[in-house]
Amino acid sequence: MNSREKILSAIKTNQPQLQQLPALEQLAAVRYEDKLQQFIAVLKTIGGTVIEISNTNEIIEYVKYTFNDHQNYVTTLPQLEGINQLDENLDPHILENIEVAIVNALFGVAENGSVWLTDDEMKIRALPFICQHLVVLLDKKSVVNNMHEAYNLIGNNTYEFGVFIAGPSKTADIEQSLVLGAHGPKTMTVFLCN
Amino acid sequence: MSSTNAKHPELSTIFNKDEARVDWHDETLWWIRQKRDKAAWTIPEWEQLRETASAIKDNVLSNLHDYLLEFEKNATANGIVVHWAADGKEHNEIIHSILQENKVSQIVKSKSMLTEECGLNEYLAKNNIDVVDTDLGERIVQLANEHPSHIVLPCIHWKKEEIGELFHKHLNTPKGNADPQFLTNAARIHLREKFLTRRIAITGVNFAVAETGEFVVCTNEGNADMGAHLADVHIACMGIEKIIPQRKHLGVFLRLLARSATGQPITTYSSHFKKPNAHQKVHIVLVDNGRTVQLGRASFRNSLKCIRCAACFNTCPVYRRSGGHSYHTAIAGPIGAILAPNLDMKKYADLPFASTLCGSCSNVCPVKIDIHNQLYQWRQVITEEGYSPKTKTMAMKVMAATLSKPGLFNFAGKAGRWVVKYLPFLVNNRLNPWYKQRDLPAAPKQSFTEWYKKNRK
Repeated sequence: MNSREKILSAIKTNQPQLQQLPALEQLAAVRYEDKLQQFIAVLKTIGGTVIEISNTNEIIEYVKYTFNDHQNYVTTLPQLEGINQLDENLDPHILENIEVAIVNALFGVAENGSVWLTDDEMKIRALPFICQHLVVLLDKKSVVNNMHEAYNLIGNNTYEFGVFIAGPSKTADIEQSLVLGAHGPKTMTVFLCN
Repeated sequence: MSSTNAKHPELSTIFNKDEARVDWHDETLWWIRQKRDKAAWTIPEWEQLRETASAIKDNVLSNLHDYLLEFEKNATANGIVVHWAADGKEHNEIIHSILQENKVSQIVKSKSMLTEECGLNEYLAKNNIDVVDTDLGERIVQLANEHPSHIVLPCIHWKKEEIGELFHKHLNTPKGNADPQFLTNAARIHLREKFLTRRIAITGVNFAVAETGEFVVCTNEGNADMGAHLADVHIACMGIEKIIPQRKHLGVFLRLLARSATGQPITTYSSHFKKPNAHQKVHIVLVDNGRTVQLGRASFRNSLKCIRCAACFNTCPVYRRSGGHSYHTAIAGPIGAILAPNLDMKKYADLPFASTLCGSCSNVCPVKIDIHNQLYQWRQVITEEGYSPKTKTMAMKVMAATLSKPGLFNFAGKAGRWVVKYLPFLVNNRLNPWYKQRDLPAAPKQSFTEWYKKNRK
């Protein structure tokens, strides 16, 4: 018997009588009076920056004013004219030099300040992790209350890679002192649009 | 972990030599416990969420056979190579063989307590493989040639000045600089070079979804993603109990995990790996290493529900004051004390006794494992099997005999009070371990029985 068969047969012998799965619909999950304000408040407490805009040109103005090294900005958003479009065939290692990456997110989650994005939004999976500063465009109306609503929205989506990102990368491994910018982005800015 | 056979009491004594450090360790962990409370209180349905998570895990454990097959089928269809390892040794061999196939001798690894449990780093080091742990805390203990003392906060026992000294020695940071921001940035630069040059990355797995064949890895630092997305080969290692039935169940566990662990609403990154990208190979190693045995132990089965948040560590009065290394096992704390005896009852016979049975661990557990109850039950099993600590067994026998005979009990009480009053050095001496870090209260004038006889009217 190989290990696979050994493990499976031991489980079959040892697993208890079948217990039913609980129905998640029974969970009275938290909802917020103003889920957008809740999202903004939580994202700020976990180190994110939130800016409301009326048109996407404001993103370009903001990042050029805020960050250095203009040559190394990259985006996956076609509407951002004047910012380099990410070539999805690039070797991800080259992204090491990216200062600012600007991507779209599919929705936000009010209870934890996270945003959800998949390969379609990043084009190259390493992008939102390797850049020095992450900028995300999010539709205000897309914010859901909680993670249950989030997974209802994701449903059977056939993404190949997906991630919830909640603020800049961080660590508190040295005496519990919070430091932003562990291995990933040092800042995360979310632009809320209509 | 100590290579000697020292047990929890001896190892705690070492930790307890520096009283100021014990207080600092204790307070730091209690602060994290308080952050957990605040985070839990923001969710009105918190208790219902715990109940739900526990019930999902009940279902998983009762249907593990089919869920693993379903996961294997779906992951394989997604293009992930699935391996099965009966024990730690086989797990290590599988990983080594993947490295050999790819002719790779240098790898990066993000946090995986399973690889700690299996002794992967030592095994690979013996085979001349250079492993770099990329979680900051894990890198710190690795540079110091130590093991993590906590499953979420690996270097919680280290002071920043000591880390400054360690980085000065290994990463050439200026001597005397102990600023966390500066040291973290030094590690960032040091580890970026590793991420960019290593071709194989190992990660752990927080949850694997049977329905979709995807697996989820949670980090705050982004080190799992930096490793996995920049490598040609990604190897993910998981215990077989990490399976959950459906994608929507992730909602329940992701709400509980970070809040219970550090008081954050969610980890910075919750990455869902479903299909390898075009240029990449992904392997997943499913590991038993005693889990199927634990599944068969009805009293201890619930320990397999654990999602490794370490809330039970942070709240435990014994863990906080004895430090993680006193548990001499990869997973310390209350949960480690109920997992370890399953692997080696004799070696870890001391651990279920390293508890006050106060029950705080069970109260904070996000999947409602009855940890303190299992600690109590392990004591019964260990004593029956003849593995209990000798001094404790002797003392228990004397106590049982005394309590079962009222005459002897009354005499012993009287004698005790007399001794404490007139000859305290007979009990308050170095031979009596009870007196470590404790003082004796003043002896009462009379026993309750004497008082009752006098006052009964």
